[in-house]
Amino acid sequence: MLLNSDEQAMLDGKEGLDRQKAMELLVKYGEALGAERLVNTNNVCGGISGASPFVRKFAAKVRNMDAVFSEFNLDSGEGVKIFPVKASSCSLIQGMDPAHWQIQGVAPDAYEFNMRKERFYARIGINLMNTCAPYLIGNIPVKGEHCAWMESSAVALCNSIFGARSNTEGCESTGAAMLTGKIPYWGYHLPENRLGTHLLEVEFEVKTVMDWGLLGYYVGEIVQERIPVLNGIRHFPSFSSLKHFGAAAASSGGVEMFHIVGITPEASSLEEAFGKRPPADILKFGKAERQETYYKLISSATDRNVDFVVLGCPHYSIEQLRQVCLLLKDKYVHSNTNLWIFTPKAIKDIADRNGYTKTISKAGAILMTDTCPALGRVSPKGVKVVATDSAKQAHYLPAIMGFQTWFGSQEDCILAAVSGQWRGELK
Amino acid sequence: MKKIVLHGRRVTGGYAEGEALVTHDTISGWGGINPQDGTIIEKRHELVGKSVKEKVLAFPGAKGSSGWSTTFHIMRLMGNGPMAMVFKEMTSKVALGSVVAHIPAMTDLDQDPLEVIDNGDWVKVEADKGRIEVIKKSQNTEGTNRIKSITELNKSSRKKVIAFKE
Repeated sequence: MLLNSDEQAMLDGKEGLDRQKAMELLVKYGEALGAERLVNTNNVCGGISGASPFVRKFAAKVRNMDAVFSEFNLDSGEGVKIFPVKASSCSLIQGMDPAHWQIQGVAPDAYEFNMRKERFYARIGINLMNTCAPYLIGNIPVKGEHCAWMESSAVALCNSIFGARSNTEGCESTGAAMLTGKIPYWGYHLPENRLGTHLLEVEFEVKTVMDWGLLGYYVGEIVQERIPVLNGIRHFPSFSSLKHFGAAAASSGGVEMFHIVGITPEASSLEEAFGKRPPADILKFGKAERQETYYKLISSATDRNVDFVVLGCPHYSIEQLRQVCLLLKDKYVHSNTNLWIFTPKAIKDIADRNGYTKTISKAGAILMTDTCPALGRVSPKGVKVVATDSAKQAHYLPAIMGFQTWFGSQEDCILAAVSGQWRGELK
Repeated sequence: MKKIVLHGRRVTGGYAEGEALVTHDTISGWGGINPQDGTIIEKRHELVGKSVKEKVLAFPGAKGSSGWSTTFHIMRLMGNGPMAMVFKEMTSKVALGSVVAHIPAMTDLDQDPLEVIDNGDWVKVEADKGRIEVIKKSQNTEGTNRIKSITELNKSSRKKVIAFKE
């Protein structure tokens, strides 16, 4: 790989051991990819995976966060002192809500590790956004900007909706990018790799957030990590719909970029979306495909007695919280059921001011921040059956937590929370 | 005995050999494999319930969460990771995962590895030479016992066993 003089200087250790370890990783990673060079980035989203008990055990043994960051964010077995980040950096979703960790069933040592990690992030200048949806609270990349983001759902939006450029990075590559301001120039950083590969003719009239989730889950499973181009969208999608679509497509497959003709910034026309290359395949999303996807998503569920309802994956926007409050007004969550709603802390502050938090807690539900059940593995005690409006949670929860999981609309989920019974169906 | 040789591109360097675990499904790291024992936990996956531990993993590529590399990183530290990886589609997830797993990995092969390699074959990955050698389980006339015994022999006697079979 070709290195610039500033990159070579970091690799030679002229900016300290932490920068050197970071460059060593980026060079190995770039060579693995087959990248020819690195590119500058000033927008990095990442984090240490604190949800894993193994990471906490490791932290308890080494007793300093510099060594934890060295191992899990730089792939350096040698613990080196970490100096403040070079690139603008923010932390993504974490393993718990620091205000509700006990209700979430988090162990005291895990809470203690979480707070140590926050203090460490603050010390090295990582902004504590603690969300899977950094674009909801101020990290909106500019079209064409080179980014290094983790979190598959955020990456899909970064590329597709904002027209910025990021591959799906991991803990180690984002750690190294934070310290150096560099990332391999490969994949979605190159304009020619951003063109569509599969044409998806959307025949079913997709209007609701739930349908956008089904559409995303369907197309992700077929195209895997390639680039679908959606044609025939007749109803202008809300941002919530696109957020849900991206997360679903990134879970069932590995979609990191998509185009919607006439809507997303690199697809003003079919010609722009595909360039000169014809589509590798032409797919359709009609009534049958929608139905098949719905039954796939609820295939783990048989028991209609729902004891846990999960909303807010990806983290809810303030408008989605307002909708929840409209549905919850003067209602009360069933005694056998729990309703947990997830949002970034910065949005919870607005919800507090608007009285949404109060409406939610009056109904017996809890507004939580910083985490989600699939990532934090947090849930009320004794849960067997879950309902969620997120295709991503419905994909992961049966495997990770062993829960039977129903999938439906926000209304279906609120109804399940209030009645304790799943009555959702494909309308 | 005929051996099958594949040539391709080194992703990460090194040499390893072991029993093949093959799938035609893409693999999720985080949420797809339990790092406690290397078992594939994704419900509808072809290999659900099987462990990648100490196997030469042959698969189409990576999918799912950006925690892919962390899963392989933790599996390596716990001693539950694969011996080597052979895959078809390059992604940032699988590239970073190969690096932090500290194992040899290869891609861009001149034959489809998922057609050539079957579960239980003995696979040698010489990543620095860009070479993979496959000894078919079915062509090992002495049965699987011999392949199993190879793991227990040291390297020089292992060469003899293979030479004898050839």
